Amino acid sequence: MIEVLRIAGSALWAHKFRAFLTTLGIAIGIFTVGVVMAIIEGLNQSFADQISHLGSDVLYVDKRAWFQGRDSWINARQRKNFGIDAVEYISARSEYVSHISPRIFQRASVKYRDKSLERVAVMGVHSDMVVIAGQEVELGRFLSTIDTQHRKNVVVIGAAVRENLFENIDPIGRRMSINGRKFLVIGVLEEQGSMLGRNLDNMAYVPAETLLKMFGSRRRNITIALKASEPYLVEEAKEEVEGIMRRYRKLRPNQPNDFAINQQSSLQELYDNATGMLWMVAVGIGSIALIVGGVGVMNIMLVTVTERTSEIGIRKSLGATRSTIRWQFLVESMAVSALGVLIGFLSAYWVADFIQKSTPLAARIPPTWLGLGIGVVVVVGLIFGLWPATKAARLDPIEALRYE
Amino acid sequence: MTGSPDDPRRNGQDPLIHFTGVTKTYDMGKEQIHALQGINLVIMPNEYISIMGPSGSGKSTLMNIIGCLDTPTAGRYEFEGELVCDVTSETVTRMDDDALAGIRNRKIGFVFQTFNLLARTSALRNVELPLVYAGVSRKDRAVRARRALDQVGLADRVDHKPSELSGGQKQRVAIARAMVTSPAIILADEPTGNLDSTTSREIMALLDQIHAEGNTIILVTHEPDIAAHAHRIITILDGQVDRDEQTGLGKTA
Repeated sequence: MIEVLRIAGSALWAHKFRAFLTTLGIAIGIFTVGVVMAIIEGLNQSFADQISHLGSDVLYVDKRAWFQGRDSWINARQRKNFGIDAVEYISARSEYVSHISPRIFQRASVKYRDKSLERVAVMGVHSDMVVIAGQEVELGRFLSTIDTQHRKNVVVIGAAVRENLFENIDPIGRRMSINGRKFLVIGVLEEQGSMLGRNLDNMAYVPAETLLKMFGSRRRNITIALKASEPYLVEEAKEEVEGIMRRYRKLRPNQPNDFAINQQSSLQELYDNATGMLWMVAVGIGSIALIVGGVGVMNIMLVTVTERTSEIGIRKSLGATRSTIRWQFLVESMAVSALGVLIGFLSAYWVADFIQKSTPLAARIPPTWLGLGIGVVVVVGLIFGLWPATKAARLDPIEALRYE
Repeated sequence: MTGSPDDPRRNGQDPLIHFTGVTKTYDMGKEQIHALQGINLVIMPNEYISIMGPSGSGKSTLMNIIGCLDTPTAGRYEFEGELVCDVTSETVTRMDDDALAGIRNRKIGFVFQTFNLLARTSALRNVELPLVYAGVSRKDRAVRARRALDQVGLADRVDHKPSELSGGQKQRVAIARAMVTSPAIILADEPTGNLDSTTSREIMALLDQIHAEGNTIILVTHEPDIAAHAHRIITILDGQVDRDEQTGLGKTA
């Protein structure tokens, strides 16, 4: 076997440039798939990091599904909004839900002295929200039940709001204004970064009831965020809450749900679909490049076999069997494709490294890729090398010896 | 007087090569070419034979069949008592391709007119090649190949490529390669055809010496003075044995 590798090596070395050109097709195929894979891997990494903010054991009861399946968006728009009483309704009846909070969204401008911020996400929530969202309070405290029950004008601000309004000042105990109304800052949240291009820290939490009082509760959509008592009970919690919500909505058994229970995984599904497409395109382009490359390998191997007819004759006269000759040329074609995989892999690796260093994307080639690469070598080398190698093995030794 | 199929044994020895009615017919579409027409031949160990004949006489075909590069279309061929093939009008018994390759590898050493060395490959590696196919370990290969090159007087040229060697030296490498497996037969096809007369004499002296050491040599040539080195000259004409005579050299040896 070592001998066969040596023979293949020296044969390739004799035609270095030709071997290099032959491998380019395969190298390009591997490179394309490699780089796209690295980018998808990088996207996966940052996406996973980002959506982990949502929490895998958190459910969001909403008027409509995040991603419309059968029920159309227009249909969902016509549904009745939930009242905030739904929160109490669920929490009184559920066994599997440990934390529950409404989440009412409102864009507002905030101001402290001469500094202001526009379009800050102000969310009306309850005290459980900090647990549901998996956030940490960096300074002060979070909203309490008393704050929400008494509709107090208190606010817990995100890191970006603090940075912009209270640079170098301790914000706790200061009064800032939200749409012109004064709120007492009671806490600051730890920085969260961004998700899908949105700054998650450009936000503030106020008691849900305060927000409703201030902006009005009519025609206002409420989302209810809730957390299962244990991560493995998410599915149970989902079923239970579905039942409770159906009762809340007074639905008859034959009526469909007029609400949706969303969770992180539905976002994941959407994302998987998108990257799945990208992946398929990459595999498509890569496969075409590999086939073109493979045909190139086959072509060059046929030329090689013809060129080396007399060598094959000599080897046969010295006792090389058909399978020995076949293996010699198969190893050679596999070595050519291995070279292509190596070139493609290394350049893809280099580009992935470059992307990682110059962009926030954590592009990287997964280690399993090397295994895939080796698989490609074997398959491409075997498939496209088989015919030339068999042709070589079947040569008549007398004819081959006479060939000049 | 020799080569009768009824009496293959001589001096109580088994024959090395035993041909019975070996025929080779090439089918060239409309016409058939009868390259060999029922050759009967017995070759004993340590013979030194020349096969002569004009071109087209069938001597190359005969040599290819002896060398297991080709198989007859009819007749029986035994090599050291082993049946290589037996083709009658009713039955065909033939060694398969791998078995023929095995005989070529272990039992036959070829020396060609055009040397047929692998270019870009050192003399040593060329000589090692039959041992590679015989599955000899790397260390043994190198030792045996060096010894063979030493025997043909090329101990100082082991690392030279064929392009760096003279014609005579190339043929010596080829002879070393033919001998390295200690084959039963050395088949030399016009070994001096591409060499000048001085070098030819050197090569023939080398072959004479190899024969004297106990090897069997079959020489295919059309030059009478080269053929005269042998102890037995078989002349082929129109695919048949025309003459088969002892030169007398054998008796003195």
